[in-house]
Amino acid sequence: MKVPHMTTSKISVSEAGASDVKPLLEIRDLAISFATSGGEVQAVRNAHLTIMPGETVAIVGESGSGKSTTALAAIGLLPANGRVSGGQILLDGEDIAGAPEKRMIELRGNTIGMVPQDPMSNLNPVWKIGYQVRETLRANGRPDGPDDVARVLAEAGLPDAHRRAKQYPHEFSGGMRQRALIAIGLSCQPRLLIADEPTSALDVTVQRQILDHLDKMTTELGTSVLLITHDLGLAAERADKVVVMYRGNVVEAGPSLDLLRNPRHPYTQRLVASAPSLASRRIQVAKELGVESEDLLAPSEASPGAAFTGTTAQHRAQQGKDKPEEVLRVENLSKVFKLRSGIGRSADFTAVDSVSFGVKRGTTTAIVGESGSGKSTVAQMVLNLLPPTSGRIVFDGVDTATLNSREIFAFRRRVQPIFQDPYGSLDPMYNIFRTIEEPLRTHKVGNRASREKKVRELLDQVALPQSTMQRYPNELSGGQRQRVAVARALALDPEVIICDEAVSALDVLVQAQVLNLLADLQANLGLTYLFITHDLAVVRQIADHVCVMEKGRLVETGATDDVFDAPQQEYTKALLNAIPGASLMLPPEVATA
Amino acid sequence: MTSNYQADHYVAPIDETPLLATDSVRTDQAPLSLWAEAWRKLRRRPLFIVSALLIVLLVVIALFPGLFTQVAPNDNCDLQFSDGAPTAGHPFGYTFQGCDVFSRVIHGTQASLSVGVLSVIFVLVIGVTLGALAGFFGGWLDAVIARLGDIFFALPLVLGALVITQLPFFKDNKSVWTVVMVIVLLAWPQMARITRGAVMEVRNADFVTAARSLGVSRMGSLLRHVLPNALAPIIVLATMELGVFIVAEATLSFLGIGLPGSVMSWGNDIAAAQPSLRTNPAVLLYPATALSITVLSFIMLGDALRDALDPKSRQR
Repeated sequence: MKVPHMTTSKISVSEAGASDVKPLLEIRDLAISFATSGGEVQAVRNAHLTIMPGETVAIVGESGSGKSTTALAAIGLLPANGRVSGGQILLDGEDIAGAPEKRMIELRGNTIGMVPQDPMSNLNPVWKIGYQVRETLRANGRPDGPDDVARVLAEAGLPDAHRRAKQYPHEFSGGMRQRALIAIGLSCQPRLLIADEPTSALDVTVQRQILDHLDKMTTELGTSVLLITHDLGLAAERADKVVVMYRGNVVEAGPSLDLLRNPRHPYTQRLVASAPSLASRRIQVAKELGVESEDLLAPSEASPGAAFTGTTAQHRAQQGKDKPEEVLRVENLSKVFKLRSGIGRSADFTAVDSVSFGVKRGTTTAIVGESGSGKSTVAQMVLNLLPPTSGRIVFDGVDTATLNSREIFAFRRRVQPIFQDPYGSLDPMYNIFRTIEEPLRTHKVGNRASREKKVRELLDQVALPQSTMQRYPNELSGGQRQRVAVARALALDPEVIICDEAVSALDVLVQAQVLNLLADLQANLGLTYLFITHDLAVVRQIADHVCVMEKGRLVETGATDDVFDAPQQEYTKALLNAIPGASLMLPPEVATA
Repeated sequence: MTSNYQADHYVAPIDETPLLATDSVRTDQAPLSLWAEAWRKLRRRPLFIVSALLIVLLVVIALFPGLFTQVAPNDNCDLQFSDGAPTAGHPFGYTFQGCDVFSRVIHGTQASLSVGVLSVIFVLVIGVTLGALAGFFGGWLDAVIARLGDIFFALPLVLGALVITQLPFFKDNKSVWTVVMVIVLLAWPQMARITRGAVMEVRNADFVTAARSLGVSRMGSLLRHVLPNALAPIIVLATMELGVFIVAEATLSFLGIGLPGSVMSWGNDIAAAQPSLRTNPAVLLYPATALSITVLSFIMLGDALRDALDPKSRQR
């Protein structure tokens, strides 16, 4: 297996000269605490890492693991209530943990650069891009003429830099903004660049371009990079060394490939096993229950041992025995939005352009695409929340456009959504019991006692303790909320569940848990999923069929394995190549270890 | 590489950071709703405690003035005591007409508070209904309600009240109710605006879409999901407006277009104190202080509520 990025940086290290290279940044026994209303909270304990000149080191961890806090401490930008309560941060041998603000201002920009996470909010919308670059140059006493600004932007890969410098952030796409931020971060040629999730808000293909370019630039300049990421695959692909943080501690650190292949700490082992970008096969819950893999495509012979809960599911499974038919068929579906472009004028924007596909009962079909591909618009139309401009959606043999309001009410029982944002999809005023009970109450199912029984069953199904019933969404984590959303979707025994980016906002381990839960439920209840996602790695884990969308059009459809093994279209190939860590894909034995 | 750091593969001792079950549910604390959480934050704030105690005291005074003074406010006014200094049993002294100031301040509480409370209730009913409909349904309904509100919004309170109270109906039926009607007519647009904004913020939330795709009707989702989540700014504004309306009543009464002279209120008393301002300023001071304390406590309560209900400060 080849790791191109490791070799490049090794060259630059040896170029730097002597065999006794001193580390550029060394963090020793770092402890960081935050003063909160509930007292002092330790965010980071005993953190240590070493970055040699020209080296790229990645910190990997889930949200709340302390990875960003550690990086912010290194550049002296901890929030006002946070402080370094122990240990040392040695930059070139100088301890900057307790350095005065004046010294830190000298270091920032010139010696330590930073590329922040969110390109949408980290550029000031009222200033031109060029001005924001010039500000950095001037603050660090560098030449700041228009040509210097344009050169900096051009180096970051922005074409036509003179003109771009005169534009405002809102005129830039997400990828271009990130390039502008990289330009600002590297404008003063710092010796250390801290990149905090530099691409997590971007599409995979853009992410790849940006990271490639960042690699190239830092290699040319001999800059060391401290990369913060939640994606183990990305870290392993881009960094020489990986540091894994868990609950504020460094639990494992080492050369990236070695760490990936022989994870020793149980947490790292868990992380490697769950990283979707490294897994290479579908979650095969059914197989473990003794069903052959072909049956996944036709749930007709669903294992008799599988636990059916609802009578509806049983009935459905028996129905399925006779005919594994298409439960959902989308034909030439189009959606045109009118964009206002001035008084009385409007321009047409085709969000979805003549899309057709079918979904077989009991299977998972994934619609994959980058932002703006129209995938979510398809989901909204299938859910009957948005009327199509043209084309048909046939659910169980009936065109959904012909339904009257009472039939739509019945349709809602059979097709349920799960949304992306686990923080937004549950009403914060409803406790969990009321949330899950709402569909039952709306459809007047049973009495209060039987509804309560059903809610308890549903909580069991999604592996939440029954005591969760009395809690409110703000007391639950993202993964738990998403499981509540799953329970709510299941309350009416639906046949089809539309998952709109249902696991995209979750940490890797939690994401794996929810995906496993969804696979379990499918095996047990014979559910059909339409899975909308931007993440091809997730598709591989969950989907039987995949539809790739680009700019409103369907560019490729097929069985997941076929598409992944032999993609036909350039766009699909580009998407597949852009999965971070794809080149490091592990054999399943390791991934499941 | 020559240096050995490359080969280092550090593993932390496992007992140092034991693995937790991924994503376990907290069971050690009592469940916490939005209101329970706000209450927990509130009950420790001095601002809230002081204002709440004052408001409770005011309500008790308004309901049972007899508990605080045995002197009837109007019956035994005697001109021989006109502008008299405090004596035993009459701690605040006497008015120009020789009435007991303390007793008048106590008995005036009822009128002032009831104008405030009634106005707020009607402003809530009208403002929240129109604002919620405008914000939730948008389109032409929003445009009509917004323009209608702008018309009243553009009228300054005193000017508007001067015009409205000259209408024959209001001239002939001066009472607590006419004052309330004037205030409500001029003050509902602000409540409608705040409600509209709060509703628009919530109406596109995923949980509303989720409810709709469960089969909940549009009206149902407005009443059961959108409005409860838009309630916080409405409550804060209503609390503060209660204070503002009490001042409005006093202003109107002072100008002679508010409560009729037969109703005892702080505004009327302030107006009546005008002639004796030079000789006996205390007569003005006491009703004015009562008014200030009342307004201040409602605005302080609003402030405390705003902090406690602030969604940004909520734990996730």
